[in-house]
Amino acid sequence: MSVAASETAKPPADPKGKKKGLNLPPWAEKGLIPGVILLIAVLLPLIPAIGDKANLMQQMAVALAYVVMALGLNIIVGFAGLLDLGYVAFFAFGAFAVGWFASGHFAYVNNQEGLHILVGGNTVNLPGIHINFLLVIVVAMILCAIAGVIIGLPTLRLRGDYIAIVTLAFGEIIHRSAVNLDSVTIGETPITAGRQGISPVDRIDLPFLDPFTVLDKKPWYWFALFLVVVVLFVNFRLRDSRMGRAWIALREDEVAAVAMGVPAVKTKLLAYASGAAFGGVAGAFLASLLNTVNADQFQFFFSILVLAMVILGGLGSIWGVVIGAIVLSIINNYLIPDVINSVPGKLGLDFDMTQVTFAIYGFLLLLMMILRPQGLLPERRRAMELTEHADTTDDTLYTARA
Amino acid sequence: MEAASIPAGTPASERIKQWIGTYGLVIVLLIMPVAFAIQDLSDQGNLVRLGENIVTGLSNGAIWALVAIGYTLVYGIVELINFAHGEIFMIGSFISASFIATIGLTVDSSFLPVALGLLLTLPIAMIGSGSLNVLIERVAYRPLRGAPKLAPLITAVGMSFILQNVGLLWKGGNQQGVPDLLEAQTTLVTIFGVTIEHADVLSIGVTIPLLLVMTTFINRSRLGKAMRATAQDPEAARLMGINVDTTISLTFLIGGMLAGAAGLIYAMYQTTIWFFQGFTGGLIAFTAAVMGGIGNLRGAVLGGLIIGCIQQMSDNRIGSEWTPAIVFSYLILIMVFKPSGLLGEQTRDAG
Repeated sequence: MSVAASETAKPPADPKGKKKGLNLPPWAEKGLIPGVILLIAVLLPLIPAIGDKANLMQQMAVALAYVVMALGLNIIVGFAGLLDLGYVAFFAFGAFAVGWFASGHFAYVNNQEGLHILVGGNTVNLPGIHINFLLVIVVAMILCAIAGVIIGLPTLRLRGDYIAIVTLAFGEIIHRSAVNLDSVTIGETPITAGRQGISPVDRIDLPFLDPFTVLDKKPWYWFALFLVVVVLFVNFRLRDSRMGRAWIALREDEVAAVAMGVPAVKTKLLAYASGAAFGGVAGAFLASLLNTVNADQFQFFFSILVLAMVILGGLGSIWGVVIGAIVLSIINNYLIPDVINSVPGKLGLDFDMTQVTFAIYGFLLLLMMILRPQGLLPERRRAMELTEHADTTDDTLYTARA
Repeated sequence: MEAASIPAGTPASERIKQWIGTYGLVIVLLIMPVAFAIQDLSDQGNLVRLGENIVTGLSNGAIWALVAIGYTLVYGIVELINFAHGEIFMIGSFISASFIATIGLTVDSSFLPVALGLLLTLPIAMIGSGSLNVLIERVAYRPLRGAPKLAPLITAVGMSFILQNVGLLWKGGNQQGVPDLLEAQTTLVTIFGVTIEHADVLSIGVTIPLLLVMTTFINRSRLGKAMRATAQDPEAARLMGINVDTTISLTFLIGGMLAGAAGLIYAMYQTTIWFFQGFTGGLIAFTAAVMGGIGNLRGAVLGGLIIGCIQQMSDNRIGSEWTPAIVFSYLILIMVFKPSGLLGEQTRDAG
């Protein structure tokens, strides 16, 4: 297996090299640290103590999927300043893209023989719709982008808190629909499987590689790392693009931005669409990794978890968000269930630490907002706004990277 | 936004927009009752079922009206959606249930002890919820005054989670029964075939006096005047010698007290409580506040009653599992048609 593993290690390494080559003068220094981190991340599973623990590798892959999701939300909340409390909706659409188009859910399609597009191996004989995972990701992105535009439309005239509420309502509607639509059928199959979940779903099967297996999580991890690198690259390019600057202008002062000729409608909708598309990618990956599309995954809490990652890292700061996502994944998947779960018992208190996960996040949000509202690794522009009002001149704002 | 830049008379598209702005929301709100009225008339030949929906809806809506006022007051004065307000309402229910259990009221208690006990529970629930709300404002929101608007909103969400877990640890994760002291579902009178139950009388009977007291307080008293002044312009109010911090605390106190009262009525009405009631209830009440026009007290009451009816009709005819989705769809529709709500003025945020 290790031969196959080292082959899969190559794709993530390529974009890094490209990135360094493209922007040599400013990136030669800045690219070095990310490059080294990436190299470590790629080689990490080759250490037997880490790579052989399927559970640990799974959690690391989940953490990377959260990074992708947080980077997507960062576009909406961090860049464009549209507080989205219903981000879980895009996770849901991404996951359902897998549930609908890469599983045996619609078993009656094509006289129970199934519909197969570019899939190989045993999948060819299964009933249901089975589409190659890379195409499913594209489908998920399109679905989510459309959903993002739909959620964006009613919020166009609104600002601030109202946007938060509308997006929250949208997320809850999607959650409710996922739970309840198991009673509504298309043909002979219910639209969703409600709380039971659509399971199993197809595993990722990339061209030229062996299909991913349940037992060996290393390929999943590398694939997630590949996704992170691509999404990071796209995020940096988006941020520095004309569109990215328009987002930040809208965030800073909508009236002024519109007066300067920034098309508010198009810009906001594009922020929703692109942020949602990343959520869809992560959702599709998570659905395939967790091997289920379950309505209970799409709760309001999840939106807050992703938002907490963005805020912890620093709104609008790409590297900050990556760190925030990783830190919170560790807290969520490792620290709370495994380490501090036994603390109340030792103190003679009678409750389960996993019960109060919500409160821990609530407390974290509270503390962050009061003590360090700019996040762990703040975006320079926002840090200046929040702390050093006196030093904010046109000159420093101009040189600050967005 | 593009259309606004061409001020050439009022073109047809602009007039249609205005018309939708004025009547669109009313039409959207009338869809459900009218459709169900037609359905009832064709099925049974009378409107008893719709009438019962509306009576139950109004008494249910009275609870949401009380909670909605808390949202509206706070929003009016600090422009913050107090996400934790739904949880204050939940805590109000929990305090009531615990107090009732402590003083030993059960289903078998006779009328007098029940009446006295509930009269005692009401102020306790109100004071408990009110002081909790003030505490939250002091600890979580006041340090952030002047920070970007996103910050207090996120803090409010965090606070809401913390309180939810307090409720979870207090009463456990399952729905808890509350003794049905008032025999809530017993029919009191029947008018034109529409039954009116004890619960309906209770919720209307508590809500209306509370609303009267509160509106009088806000309209007549010095502190009420200070509240209105602060809502209009905090800076100018401060210059006029009004202690803005105290006034804001007072607003949170009043909002929390009303939520506490709503919590008691809810516990008596539904006879079950659980830690999650605040999240859904809070969002429903917030929808009510927005529907009436946030910042507007009468609007919040009107919105609460309407949302109660919508909720009841949806529970009764579509299925209670869909009710949250339907209420939230209404919220989005309101935002599309008339973000300023039925009675509201144009606010800065909802243009």
